[in-house]
Amino acid sequence: MNATRMLTAAATVATIIMGPAIAHAQEDLPPSVAARKAQMSLYAFNLGQLGAMAKGEVDYDADAATAAASNLVKLSSLAAGPMWVPGTDTESIDGTRALPALWENMADVVEKATAVNEAAVAMEAAAGESLEGLQGAMAGLGQACGSCHKAYREPN
Amino acid sequence: MRWITTLVVLIALVIGLGLWITRPKADGEAMVSGLTPDAAHGGVVFTASGCASCHMAEGATGADKLILAGGQAFPSQFGTFHAPNISSDPEAGIGDWSALDMWNALHNGTSPDGSHYYPVLPYASYIHLEPQDVVDLHAYMTTLPADDTPSKPHDVSFPFNIRASLGGWKMLFLREDWQMDGDLTPELERGRELVEAMGHCAECHTPRNALGGLKSGSDWLSGAPNPAGRGTFPNLVELNWSDADLVEYFTSGFTPEFDSAGGHMALVVENLAQLPEEDRAAVAAYIQALPLE
Ligand code: HEC
Ligand code: HEC
Ligand code: HEC
Repeated sequence: MNATRMLTAAATVATIIMGPAIAHAQEDLPPSVAARKAQMSLYAFNLGQLGAMAKGEVDYDADAATAAASNLVKLSSLAAGPMWVPGTDTESIDGTRALPALWENMADVVEKATAVNEAAVAMEAAAGESLEGLQGAMAGLGQACGSCHKAYREPN
Repeated sequence: MRWITTLVVLIALVIGLGLWITRPKADGEAMVSGLTPDAAHGGVVFTASGCASCHMAEGATGADKLILAGGQAFPSQFGTFHAPNISSDPEAGIGDWSALDMWNALHNGTSPDGSHYYPVLPYASYIHLEPQDVVDLHAYMTTLPADDTPSKPHDVSFPFNIRASLGGWKMLFLREDWQMDGDLTPELERGRELVEAMGHCAECHTPRNALGGLKSGSDWLSGAPNPAGRGTFPNLVELNWSDADLVEYFTSGFTPEFDSAGGHMALVVENLAQLPEEDRAAVAAYIQALPLE
């Protein structure tokens, strides 16, 4: 067996052994963690609709923009408590980037989540008006999302 | 026994000569005299240079970011540094500083009492600021609130706790020439000023050699480990983002996936977001022009 084949064989064996383990780890995420990641992904998806218009990648469409902004308002109004179960931080489990500090500063977390809701409401008002309005409201949302990530999410 | 005395004298001479060659450099009054301060422009320099990001109290937001009380910790391979109080308080801060003192700190890395500053104050970038920028910056900073929090000492071990040893570092790595040179468009020139001088982007995004000097050429802005141990500073050379992606990121902090900028970059984005749109476009143009030769 030459070196390359040996490496390939080793890699294959590793994949067979590790593959299910990795898949398993994903499946094993506590439902609350999966749920909050889903909420975050929906934020990102709807922002993507608005952002594509802001960047000029697709034509501005007032109705589509308003719809995406309304989704952000709804998403940021969900009762979030059950998605942030204690014991699901980076020190306790794998597969999360939520720092323990999040659970130690709940009042501040709620304030930061409220700020996202307010920025989404501002976007909802601006997005249907004009492209400039939409572009102007992006920064407010970005800062609102970012200030929670800065404080409570582990860096990559 | 005489040869021992001769040897000691010789060693002392060599050390003395070394210290003399690498002694802290300071410019005289002529550097800034005759320049009329423009505090409004100084505010732009202050924002683009991210002074508050390091000198505000840990986690400050809103108007509190302008209280430059110091105290944030900066871990490095040589130990942990603490940002000092640089508020307008004449005792605890730098309220009694002249514009020339500010110039010597930011351009030469030299304190008013003539010792070396550690390059964690990123004077290796600020060395590129114009005298007018520094005079304006100084005028703006005198308008910021005073705070009497005493500065914390650094926690740095021997031999790095001896400031005189920094002269060698400066001799090796402190350069006035730009990294991006040649004939530049006005936009790239502005981008270079924002990236290489004020924004000190390289302090995080460029890998360092064993002595803590920034690598140059194709390594410039090519990403680096984070000395704080968590996360990395991404490679900006191999970033396949469009101009619009970059400008959006510098405005709202949203990545092309609409996740948001995290870590210390969130602070950088908060600063960039306050600059005029053309400035963010200029920074984007600079990033798109990478790699350097
Ligand atoms: C209350 C704090 C908070 C707010 C507000 C917030 N996030 Fe998050 N976000 C987090 C945390 C914590 C994580 C890490 C979750 C985990 O790994 O368990 C995260 C993760 C993410 C992720 C990665 C999801 C994944 O699959 O790993 C994206 C994308 C994201 N957020 C986007 C957003 C956007 C866009 C907004 C604003 C509209 C936003 N977030 C607002 C705290 C917040
Ligand atoms: C990366 C963080 C960082 C940034 C950005 C930064 N500083 Fe500092 N600064 C420091 C640290 C750390 C020191 C302490 C250096 C030392 O003790 O040698 C310092 C020292 C100083 C001092 C000396 C204070 C004294 O009492 O001797 C002044 C003045 C100063 N900074 C002003 C500024 C200004 C103005 C800016 C923006 C143009 C700025 N700094 C940006 C970290 C920073
Ligand atoms: C204090 C350190 C620091 C400074 C200074 C800094 N950055 Fe960053 N930068 C980071 C970190 C950390 C990230 C990763 C952010 C994250 O994980 O969300 C980043 C991310 C980025 C990204 C996104 C790259 C990606 O792959 O996601 C760009 C673009 C960028 N920085 C440009 C700049 C520019 C331009 C400057 C100067 C104006 C600058 N940075 C100054 C630390 C810094």
